Amino acid sequence: MVQDIDIADLKKITELIQKKHGYDFRNYAMSSFKRRMLRMLELKSMSIDTLLKKLTDQPGFIEEFLDELTVNVTEMFRDPSFWRIMRDEIIPGILLNHKEFKIWHAGCSSGEEVFSMAIMLKEMGILDQVTTIATDLDTNILDKAKLGTYPIKNMELNEKNYIRYEGKKSLKEYYKEENGKAIFDKDLVKNVSFRKHDLVTGEIFNKFDLILCRNVMIYFNQALQNDVLKKFHESLFKYGYLAIGSKESLIWCDIATKFIVVNNEEKVYKKIKD
Amino acid sequence: MNKYNLNNSYKAVVIGGSAGSFQGIVKILSQLPKNFPLPIIMCLHRLKHVRNGFVEALSLKSVVAVTEPYDKEAIKKGGVYLAPANYHLSVELGNYFALSTEEMINNSRPAIDITLGTAAFVYREKLIGILLSGANRDGGLGMKYIKDKGGMTIVQEPTECMIDTMPRAALAVTQIDHVMKVDQIVDFLKELDRQYK
Repeated sequence: MVQDIDIADLKKITELIQKKHGYDFRNYAMSSFKRRMLRMLELKSMSIDTLLKKLTDQPGFIEEFLDELTVNVTEMFRDPSFWRIMRDEIIPGILLNHKEFKIWHAGCSSGEEVFSMAIMLKEMGILDQVTTIATDLDTNILDKAKLGTYPIKNMELNEKNYIRYEGKKSLKEYYKEENGKAIFDKDLVKNVSFRKHDLVTGEIFNKFDLILCRNVMIYFNQALQNDVLKKFHESLFKYGYLAIGSKESLIWCDIATKFIVVNNEEKVYKKIKD
Repeated sequence: MNKYNLNNSYKAVVIGGSAGSFQGIVKILSQLPKNFPLPIIMCLHRLKHVRNGFVEALSLKSVVAVTEPYDKEAIKKGGVYLAPANYHLSVELGNYFALSTEEMINNSRPAIDITLGTAAFVYREKLIGILLSGANRDGGLGMKYIKDKGGMTIVQEPTECMIDTMPRAALAVTQIDHVMKVDQIVDFLKELDRQYK
């Protein structure tokens, strides 16, 4: 088993991927990137040389690599207080000016946040007024997100979060149970387009009224966070909202002056300048 | 008097704790010397879905206000930091924090092994690790990482712990430089403080 990886080896891996596959991990936060690499090598009982060889010779391996590399630990209605603010303040704020609007879930992982949003919008009676794009780098996880199917053992936590969010019903009304899985109602995501997109190298592709990117940029270093935040700024309509994780901050990034804080506790910002 | 043969080359103190560590932590923070010269980085097991209250409770008793760092926040001398609920807390090269929502380790997020291990990687022999009372094995490996990089390792005297699984896990996997009661840890930090003044 590989106990540790040198920075030189990490560099070799990221440079190979960049050259050969066009993904750029050179500005990922070092500590978590290293842990992901160690975890992958351990799970696959692989040496660094084997990993380099597979990345070079096996065309399909990169997808497997991306699936292991990305952190796909998430919850429905994570931070219930965030969702209450969305429901009671942010979405009503958008509705003041637009009957119809667009949301981008950037780095949507297995889709828990997308389904949470859809449930919230449905309970607000405006699900049909919203067009959503949900993106991730990892195509395997996007396939899972589209299915909206989660292990039943996760549902206890999800239900608890939903109760703390003070939803109108029981979460159970949105899924059926089959073979130890919770299968969510596909109607919830009929206006959602799931697409592969890399925040690091990807182009700006649309304009939105609300972008959610919570606990994604924590895997980037500050330089990369800056670049990605610029893309979010460009992808927002003026007076559109950006939501990041509760322990992330815009304070020290270049475009901070183009946003105002709408809710500091939940880290919701509003674009005020082009 | 230099009982513990300390010097002024240390860069940080990391503290891990779980069940039964709260009283000890409060004692340490309430008797911390004024203008303590090093950052104190704490990873304590806590309820995953209770974001507020813990840091405030610690700050009430602490000489220095305790903060939960933001992702990529710079680590400052004299700062007292607590790993936020439901995030792992890492130290990065360049002396700043990084947060992550990776899988739980030892059924814990924040996991003490991650905070201690990343701090050991960054501060190497200039790190002091302290592991207090706790009911699981998290932190044991972290103490080993600290020792392997040449840092100093301290665990709370198991007989003083409400639950001694955690310090005993460390004692089982690596060499521990000092086994101390909380009062001795307080004295130790005072002696450490004097080396810088």
